Order: sequence, then structure tokens, then C-alpha cells
Amino acid sequence: MLKIENLHATVDGKQILRGIDLEVGAGEVHAIMGPNGSGKSTLAAVLAGRDGYEVTAGRALYQGQDLLALAPEDRARQGVFLAFQYPVEIPGVGNAYFMRAALNATRKARGEEEVDAIDFLELIKSKMQLLEMNQALLSRSVNEGFSGGEKKRNEILQMAILEPVLAILDEVDSGLDIDALRVVASGVNGLRTPDNAVVLVTHYQRLLNYIVPDFVHVMDEGRVLRTGGKDLALELESRGYDWVTQGAGTGVTA
Amino acid sequence: MSSTDLLDDLTRREYPHGFVTSIEDDQAPPGLNEDIVRLISKKKNEPEFLLEWRLKAFRHWLTMEEPVWWPKVSYPRIDYQSIIYYSAPKPKKQLKSLDEVDPELLRTFEKLGIPLQEQQRLSNVAVDAVFDSVSVATTFKDKLKEMGIIFGSFSEAVREHPELIQQYLGSVVPYTDNYFAALNSAVFSDGSFCYIPPGVRCPMELSTYFRINAANTGQFERTLLIAEPGSYVSYLEGCTAPMRDENQLHAAVVELVALGNAHIKYSTVQNWYPGDKDGKGGIYNFVTKRGRCAGKGSRISWTQVETGSAITWKYPSCILQGDDSVGEFYSVAVTANRQQADTGTKMIHIGKNTKSTIISKGISAGRGQNTYRGAVKVLKGADGARNYSQCDSLLMGDRCGAHTFPYLDVRNPTATIEHEASTSKIGEDQLFYCRQRGLSEEDAVSMIVNGFCKEVLRELPMEFAVEAQKLLGLSLEGSVG
Repeated sequence: MLKIENLHATVDGKQILRGIDLEVGAGEVHAIMGPNGSGKSTLAAVLAGRDGYEVTAGRALYQGQDLLALAPEDRARQGVFLAFQYPVEIPGVGNAYFMRAALNATRKARGEEEVDAIDFLELIKSKMQLLEMNQALLSRSVNEGFSGGEKKRNEILQMAILEPVLAILDEVDSGLDIDALRVVASGVNGLRTPDNAVVLVTHYQRLLNYIVPDFVHVMDEGRVLRTGGKDLALELESRGYDWVTQGAGTGVTA
Repeated sequence: MSSTDLLDDLTRREYPHGFVTSIEDDQAPPGLNEDIVRLISKKKNEPEFLLEWRLKAFRHWLTMEEPVWWPKVSYPRIDYQSIIYYSAPKPKKQLKSLDEVDPELLRTFEKLGIPLQEQQRLSNVAVDAVFDSVSVATTFKDKLKEMGIIFGSFSEAVREHPELIQQYLGSVVPYTDNYFAALNSAVFSDGSFCYIPPGVRCPMELSTYFRINAANTGQFERTLLIAEPGSYVSYLEGCTAPMRDENQLHAAVVELVALGNAHIKYSTVQNWYPGDKDGKGGIYNFVTKRGRCAGKGSRISWTQVETGSAITWKYPSCILQGDDSVGEFYSVAVTANRQQADTGTKMIHIGKNTKSTIISKGISAGRGQNTYRGAVKVLKGADGARNYSQCDSLLMGDRCGAHTFPYLDVRNPTATIEHEASTSKIGEDQLFYCRQRGLSEEDAVSMIVNGFCKEVLRELPMEFAVEAQKLLGLSLEGSVG
């Protein structure tokens, strides 16, 4: 589904990604771990098409096509979803209105019929129940005044509404207490199918107790240093990132 | 494409109303002197008192200096002797009904989305169409007349209701008020007049649509709206002009009088030609608007959506004279490309327990400069006066500016004044967030801007809220890609 080859990217002329290779297949969950500044979030941003990142070499194929050539909204409409580490507030725009506009933009691009307000309300309410969300958040402005936990749940709610093929969750666990983490994780698990894939970007192993990955990749200095199964995350937890970054002997100096 | 270019692209606007109507004009020679003032008055068959008033205004204007104090607005000096002060579409004969209006004019308004003919009229809106300096048609006039409502051109009101004009003209904005108000008082050629009798709730929106067409002319309309005790009226004005390379002056005066418990809701959607992307051409929109809440419990609400004009200079204000009277100001001002806006309001609390609310939303894009300037004055006798002000600015790109100048003058210790202000940048974060959810750039900008302006847009009459939303989108989006 997603094939990243030798991906290099810069931000403001600074090299952040230095040759990423990664392959994600349908039905799989991949965890990307690594210390702060290792390039995890940059990878997520580049895949989603955020401004200000320049791809200097390599490519990313998504369902066989050149992902990086597509505008961000076209990637989204074709099923690429990014849950933001810091969800953005949009004052004055109702949460439900926003999500319906997003869903309909996607459906329209696929030649499907738009969902009317009433059907949408039913759909969103049922999804909110799964995420144990307060329905009052529907009529509030997008993310405005939401608590950290509410914002993260709101991201997963959007994922549930948009039903992406490839979901990239950027530090979806940061700032969550254990109860919220459990709810968010069960939300994500509930959305897994044999046809879609999830890429979890996370700093901590904790999240992986709840969303169990098929593959764990450890990044540092803009490269994937090591790839393994879910046990790799546990090993990291007990031995620390130094174990990989130094043990792998990359010789890269910052 | 860098993000700045992207925003530039988004904010480059196309002006859809820039066409010129080819029609024969009856024009005065350019320049201004007493003879021109007399000529205008004569053309309109005005009573003596009005000519006298115009001449007094003109003589006063001669003693005044054009204000140059605006710190945030700049433009080359205007040559007042090169302007044509009277221009009217040549009437073929005295009009008896709409059917006799020049079809070219009807087509013009139709093109602007203001159909005047019976079968296509907006169902719940009475329209007075003003073309250059003259009112060409008013719809639903007779229906309104049955309720005692007078709605039509100012000139007609001068002929048919001189006593009302004499009583109220200049009673809110005296000709001595400011340079442009004095100029307007001397040379105004037409405008709208509206009178709502006691206890009558006007059943439809009243609307004036102003269109500048002729070149080198100034447009000086005068609007006077009187709401008798216990009455209600919602009034809306819209404005457009052709695209021209030279600047044109529009110096209007609007006076509102609300008597006891009357409520006037006055909405403006201003879309005069803003000039091109390099700032060439466009309308100088120097307008004086003021309302007097004369009676106890009266209320005046100004709502404005200002997207056009090269320069906008206006401060729709309320004199809260009656006890328990209420003044409201809801404003969205957009400046893109090289546009400049200096706008805001004055709330003058005189009566006891008077209340005012100010919500101002400024949006700057391109190299636009947007200034909110507002004054809240609480006079000695205004016990229990309350004001709430909120001024928010939204910046798009990094070459535009937003400025806020709130002035407070409180002379009564029982007054409560609250002021909130914020400035935010249309986030690339916000844009990316929306696009990541599948929304196009255009839809994202439009959604973010409309969200920002929501508190103001919801004050517009329903029929125009959608229009205004579209206009905002149009003003800021231009053609993408």
C-alpha cells in the first residue's frame, strides 16, 4: 500500500530525513519510534503534504502512485489521514459542520453522493459513543477550548468518520492520561480492517500496549536504524534509545 | 510554491462588477463653485430652504481643510475642481412606472443581481436603485405606502414631504461635522429616504442599491431614515462600481433617527471597485454615518461588510440620547491587495442605562492595511452606561497590517466598559489541517474566514447573509490554481 524509498527531505535547508525506506502493507500496524528530533514527525508531515518541507531525493508510492506529487487534499481524498500531534483550532467553524464538509469533499471526489445533515448527525453521534465523547463538542468550534484529551479524541473521531485507507497517527498518545489513552486506542483498534493500515508515530512504548504493532521501526538522525516486531518496542523501553542509536554504529554526527 | 505566494494567489481578487453601462448622461461641468450648487438644486426643483442649506454647507466647506491626520491611510490629494458633481442618466421623459425605465438600466441592475422588474423581484425585499447620482426605480412602493411607510428617492421626498426633510436633514450629521459631510451637504444629488410611522413594523427588508457608472464623477448620496415611536425597520445598502484606472470619490452621508422604542437595523454590504492588484484605481469611500437614538428604549444596529473600495473611511456611530437606548456595531472589513480601511464606530452615551456593543472583525491580506478606530464616550449624566467592545484582526500573509485604536472617554463612575482585542494569522496550520481533511484550498480559506466573521454575519438579514458569505469568499480567494 505504501512504499517509501530512500526518502530525503529538508526543512529550511536543513536535512531532516536522510534516506527512509519503509513498506506498509494492507492490514498492518507499524510503529515508528525514536528520540526527539529523530525525524518521526517530519516523515508524517511529508507524507501528508505539509508546506515547508522539501523532498530532495527518493519517493513514496501509495497504491502504486506517486504520493508526493499530489496536493494535500488529494492525498486525503484518496484515503491518507493524518492525526495531528497538535490539532488545530478553527474559531467560528462548528465541529460537526467541519467534519461533514470534510466527509462530503472526500465523497464528492470519489463520485459518491453527499451526506445530508441529518444522516450525518446520526453517523457522528454513533461514532462519538464509541469514543466516549461528550456530544456538546459537536456544536463547539473545531478544537476551540477543547482539553488535550478532547482534541485527541476529536482526531480519532475524524478518522472514524473519514475511514482512511492509510492512517498516520502522530503522537496521538501525548498528553493523554491512562483512561483517555485506553479509549483512543480502542477507537483506533475498532477501525482496523484487513484493507487499511495504521502508522503510529510515538515516543513511548506505552501506546503499543494498547495498539499492538506488527512492525516497530526505530528512527534516529533521519534514518530507520532498526526494524523488528512488537518485542523491539519492549526492548527499547528497558534499554533506552541509546542502545539502538549507538549500538547500530551509524557514525552520523549531528 | 511558497506559502506566501500561495496566500497571494488566494487573495488576488477578480472584481465581477467592473463593467460600464453605456448610457447618455446629463452632466454638470467639472468643478465646484456656488453656481454648481445652485445648478444641482435647480435640476432637482428644490425648495428654497434646501438651496440655502446647501449654500451654507458649501460656504462652510470652503473654510475647512481636508483632513490629513489619518496615520494609517495615505493617498494623493484630491483635486476637487476636476470632479463632476452631478451626473444623471438622461431621462427620456417623466417616468410613470418601472416599464418606462431605460431597459439598459434595468439590464445593469439585473446583471448585478438586483432584478427590478415585477416578475423577478426579490420577494421580501423592496429595492431603491440609485444609478450614479439618481434614483432610477423603487420596487414595492405602493404596497409600503398602504402602511404609511415612505420609501424612495431622496429627491422625491424633498418634493413630497419637505416638512420631514426640513425637520430632520442635518439633525444627526450637521453640515459642519466634517470635511466630507460638508461637501456632501453642498452637492448631494440623491439617495434614499425612509419614514416608518408610529408602531409600524416594516414587513420587508428595505434596500438601496448604489451603482457608480459615469467616469470622473463623485457620488454624493444622502440617506435619511426616520423611525417613529415603536416602529421597526431593517434596511440594507449595497454598492458596486465599474473598474477604472482613476480613483473616484464617494462621500455619502447617512442619518438615522430612532424615536421612543423604535428599532433601526441598518446593514451595508459595500463592494465598490477596490482598484487593481497594484492599487491603481478604485473608490475612495469617505462616508459619514450616524444614528441618533432619540427616544427612550430606542435601538440602532449597524452591521457592515466592507470588502470593496481602495480606501474606506467610515465610522457608523450612535448617539445614545434616550434613556435605556441601545447602540450596536457589527463590522467585517476586508483589505486585500493595496486596499486601506480605517473604520470603526463612535458610541456616545448620554442617556441613563444606555448600552452599546461593538464587534469588529478586520481581515488583511496581500498588502492591505486595516485599522479599527473606535471611540466610546460616556457623558456625565449617563448613569449605568455599559459598553462591550471586541476587536479581532486576521492576517493573511506577512505583508499586510492590522491596527487597533480604541479611544475611551468615561465621565461617569457608574459606567461599565469592557474591551477585548485579538490578532491572529490565518494559520498555514489551519489551512493544512483543512486540506488534510480533504477540503480544497478555496473552501478552507472561505471556511476559516467565515468562521472568523460569524458573529457579524449572523446579524445580517437572512437574504443577505449568504450573499455576504459568498462575497467574502470571492474577495479573498480570487481564482486559485
